[in-house]
Amino acid sequence: MEVVRLRVNGDERVCGVPAHYTLLEALRYGLGLTGSKQGCDKGDCGACTVIVDGRAILSCITPVWEAEGRDVRTVEGLANGTELHPVQDEFDLNGAAQCGFCTPGILCSSVALLDRNPSPSRGEIRAALSGNLCRCTGYEKIYDAVEAAAARLDP
Amino acid sequence: MSSRRESTQHSIGDPQRNGSRDGESGLSTIGRPMRKVDGLAKSTGRARYTDDIRFPGMLHGKILRSPHPHARIVAIDTSRAEALEGVHAAVTGRDMPVTYGIIPWTPDEYPLCVDRVRYVGDGVAAVAAVDEDTAIAALDLIDVTYEELPAYLDPHEAIAADSGPYIHEPRKPGWNGNITKTVKLEFGDVDAGLEDAHIMVEGDYFFEGTTHTPIEPHCAIGLAEGNGRLTVWSATQVPHYLHRELARVLDVDPASVRVIQPPVGGAFGGKSEPFDLEFCVARLSMMTGRPVKILYTREEVFYSHRGRHPFHMRYRTGADREGMLTAVDSEIVMDGGAYASFGLVTTYYSGQLLTAPYQMPAYRFNSTRAYTNKPACGPKRGHGSVQPRFAFEVQLDRIAEKLSIDPIELRRRNFIGADTRTVNDLRVTSNGFLECLDEVERASGWKHKHRRLPFGRGVGVAGSTYITGTNYPVYPNDMPQSGIQLQVDRSGRVAVFSGASEIGQGVDSMVAYIVAEELGVPLAHVRVLAGDTDFTPVDLGAYSSRVTFMLGNACIDAARKLKAQVQEAVAAEWGARPGEVLLAGGLAVRAGDTATSMPLRVAFNLAEAMYGTLGSTGSYNTPKDVHGTYRGATIGASPAYSFTAHVAEVEVDVETGFVTVEKIWIAHDCGRALNPVLVAGQMEGSAYMGFAEALMEEQIFKTADQGRAGLHNAPSLLDYRIPTSLDTPALESLIVESIDPEGPYGAKEAGEGPLHPSIPAIANAIHDAVGVRMDSLPFSPPRVWRALRAVEDGRGDRVAGLRAAGVGGAT
Repeated sequence: MEVVRLRVNGDERVCGVPAHYTLLEALRYGLGLTGSKQGCDKGDCGACTVIVDGRAILSCITPVWEAEGRDVRTVEGLANGTELHPVQDEFDLNGAAQCGFCTPGILCSSVALLDRNPSPSRGEIRAALSGNLCRCTGYEKIYDAVEAAAARLDP
Repeated sequence: MSSRRESTQHSIGDPQRNGSRDGESGLSTIGRPMRKVDGLAKSTGRARYTDDIRFPGMLHGKILRSPHPHARIVAIDTSRAEALEGVHAAVTGRDMPVTYGIIPWTPDEYPLCVDRVRYVGDGVAAVAAVDEDTAIAALDLIDVTYEELPAYLDPHEAIAADSGPYIHEPRKPGWNGNITKTVKLEFGDVDAGLEDAHIMVEGDYFFEGTTHTPIEPHCAIGLAEGNGRLTVWSATQVPHYLHRELARVLDVDPASVRVIQPPVGGAFGGKSEPFDLEFCVARLSMMTGRPVKILYTREEVFYSHRGRHPFHMRYRTGADREGMLTAVDSEIVMDGGAYASFGLVTTYYSGQLLTAPYQMPAYRFNSTRAYTNKPACGPKRGHGSVQPRFAFEVQLDRIAEKLSIDPIELRRRNFIGADTRTVNDLRVTSNGFLECLDEVERASGWKHKHRRLPFGRGVGVAGSTYITGTNYPVYPNDMPQSGIQLQVDRSGRVAVFSGASEIGQGVDSMVAYIVAEELGVPLAHVRVLAGDTDFTPVDLGAYSSRVTFMLGNACIDAARKLKAQVQEAVAAEWGARPGEVLLAGGLAVRAGDTATSMPLRVAFNLAEAMYGTLGSTGSYNTPKDVHGTYRGATIGASPAYSFTAHVAEVEVDVETGFVTVEKIWIAHDCGRALNPVLVAGQMEGSAYMGFAEALMEEQIFKTADQGRAGLHNAPSLLDYRIPTSLDTPALESLIVESIDPEGPYGAKEAGEGPLHPSIPAIANAIHDAVGVRMDSLPFSPPRVWRALRAVEDGRGDRVAGLRAAGVGGAT
C-alpha cells in the first residue's frame, strides 16, 4: 500500500492504494466515489471519464500518481452544492440517461466541453462525446440535453 | 386511430400542479413527457449499481476458464491455489453438479463444467480471495488436465456429424447430439402457392452473430448470512428466474434465497438467464461465510455472450402480378454455440414471428439450431426475429423491383390489417402499420428520393412486427405474469412494490406514472421499491418486451382497487356516491362541485379509518385464446403486437465500399406512448443497435488456421466496433398510437420492435444507391466493395457466398 493525496471535487483526500492502482480504482475503491464507472478497464468505453485540470480524461488508464497535485472533478462534483449542473438536469428532462451507466462519463465530457465552449454546435458535441460509448440511446437525446444545457448556461 | 409526429423538444411540466388533463385522452400524467423516477440518481452518480456495492470483509472471486473449445476435463487440482496466502476458498464443477437452463426442457449447462468444456471461456473453477489481485494469481495455480476433443465451429458441419463425440449427449440413441432443436411448420399449401405465383424470388442470406455489449459488465455479490439465508445481488434482468435456479442448483430452500437486482447498466437480453458468476458467488459465500463479489472483465462479457445467433437463411417468396404474396418458404440453420440457452424458443421465433404485418396465404419454415463449440447464443433485442426479418424484407424489395411497384406501396397492398389472425393463427389486435408507412414516407421525402437520388445515394424501406410479451412464462404455471403491491401512508405517499427489472427502459417510472394517473397523487409522492424478491410480488423479468403491457395492467388493477376504497370513504364523508369522487391534482374533488374538495392525504386518512391499513395488490395474466392449437402454437403468441416501419438514407462510396447511413426515420406503433420521451428513446436506441448490426458489429471466432480455434476475434470495445457518436446516423422518431384494446391505456411495446427494420432498410437503401443486393451481414466495406466488383464483372446482383470467399472474418 502506498499513500496518495488527491484533490477531488474540491476536497483534499488521502488514501492508501496498491502502487499499480489507476485513478478510477483509487476513486472507487480508495475513496468510495463510485459514480465513475468501469466498463472496459482499458480506455475503450469512456464510462470512467473524469475531469482533471479542466480536461476530460479516462481515469481507468490514468495511473493514480499522475493525478496527484491536480484538480480532479467527478460526477459527484458537478453540482454546485444543492444546485444541479444544468446538464445533469437536462439529462433527466430529455431522457438522455436510460441505463445510466455511461452517464457519469458523458456528463464529465459534456461539462469539460461546455466549460471551454459554452455554445457548441451539434457537430462539436458529437466530436466531444466520441470517446464515450452509449449503448442505450443512439445519442440523439444526449445531444438534445447538452444543447439545452448550453442554452441555459449561455442564453 | 390517431397518429402524430414526435417533436424533438419536449417541455416537461408537472401536470399535477395545475391538474390539467389532455382533452382528447382524458389523461393527466400518462402520455406526457415526465421525468424519470431514477433520473437524478443517475445524473448525479448516486445510483448504486452492483459493482458499486461493497461490504465489510468482502472477498473477490475469479473464474478460471477453458483455453480449449472442446475437451474432456481429466483432472482438476485446486490445492496449490487454496494454499496461496489470501485465498479463502475454491470451487469446481463437482461442488455444484446440477444442470440448469433458462428453458426447463433443455437444462444442459452446469454452473462450472463438471467433465467437459464446450467453448473457449467455459468456466471450470472459481476462487475467492482477499482481493482481486490475489484471486487472479490463484487462478494460475489451479491445475487442470484436459483431453482435447474435435471442435465444431461451423453449424453445417455440426449438423452433418454422424457419430460422436457430439457436443452434448444425444437425448435419444441414434440422434445427433449437435442439434438443439428442429422446428418444421407449414400453414396453407406452400408448394401450390409458389407454383401459382406470377414471380418467385429466391435468395440466400447470412446474418452474422452480434452481442449485446451493455456498458456495465455482469457483476454479482453473494452473501450467506449464517442462518441459512442466502442473498445474491446481481446485474440481472430476470431476478425471479435467478431466484428459482439458485435454490434448485444449490439445493437451498427457495424461501431462504433472496435476489436483489440493483439498477442494471444495460442488458438488451444479455442478462436474461443465470450465469456462472451468480452460482459461484453464492457457493463461495456459503463456503466462507463472507460476502463474495465477482465482476466480469470485458473479455468475459464477450465470452458469456447469449447474443444474436448467426443465421444461414434461404427464402423463397411468391407473389402475383399485383405483388400480393402467394407463399413464403424458408430454411434456416442457426449457429447456437455451446449451450441451449433460450434456443428452443429462438428456433420457433425464427419462423413464428414473420407472419405479420403482411398477409401470406401459405407459409412454411424449417429451422434447425445447431450446437457449436463457441459461446452460447441467446436472446438479443428482437430475439430470433431480427435475422429472418432482414432476409424477408429484402425479398419484398426484390419483388417490388421485379414488378415495378413502389416498395412502400407493395407493403401497403399486403397489409394484414387489425383484429385478425395470422396464417399461423396468432391473434392480432391493434395494428398501426399503415400509419407507420405513411409517416416514414412523408417524413423522409420518399417520393422525391426513391430511385431519384444520384448514383451512390439511396433510400430503402422495411417494416416489421414484434411481440408485446410472450403469452407463457418459461416454466408452466397458472399464476400471474406480473404483480404489483401498493401501500399508502398517512402523509399521502404511495409506495409501489414492483418485482420488475429496471434495466434503463424506465419501468420504475412507468409504474409511478400509472399510480399518479389513477390516484391523482403528485409524482413526487410516489416511491417505487423494486427488484427485491423478499419484498416484491413476482414479475417474470425484463424480456420479450412484456413489462409495460403486463406490469402496467397489474398496476392499473392495483391502483383502481385502492382508488375504489378512497372514493367510498370520501363519498361517505360528503354524502355523495363514490362515482362522484374524483382523484386528481393531489385532491379529492366532487364531480360537478369543484368547491367541494380535500387534499388526497386527508382522503387517504379517511379510507384508512374505514378499511384499516391501506394497500392493494394487482396482477396481470395473459389471455389464453390468442393462438392456435398445433404443437408450438403458443410460442410467438402475445397479447398484442407492435408494428414498425423505417426508411434509411445512405451514401455508398463506390471506390471503398464504405456505407454511410445519413439518417433513419423510425415510425413505430407502440399502442400509446405512456411517456413519449421514453418511447422515442427506445425507438432511437433500437434503430441505433440495428444500424450497428447492419454496418459494424460481428461476434466472430477464430478457426485453427487463424490462430486458435474458438478464440474470440475481438473481445474488446475497441475491436468489437460498437458505434460512437460520430458513427451513428441521425435518428428521427415518429410515434404512432393505435390504442390497443388490452394494453394499459392502449400501450404496447417499444423496446425491441423498432430495431428490426433498420437492417433491411439499409440493405434496400444500398440497392437503391448502387444497385447491389447485400445479403450477408455486416455490410462492411470489403463486402460492399466485392459486391460492387461482382456487378461490374457481370455476375449480377447475387453476392452471396462472400463469407466463403474470405470476406469478413477479421476484416
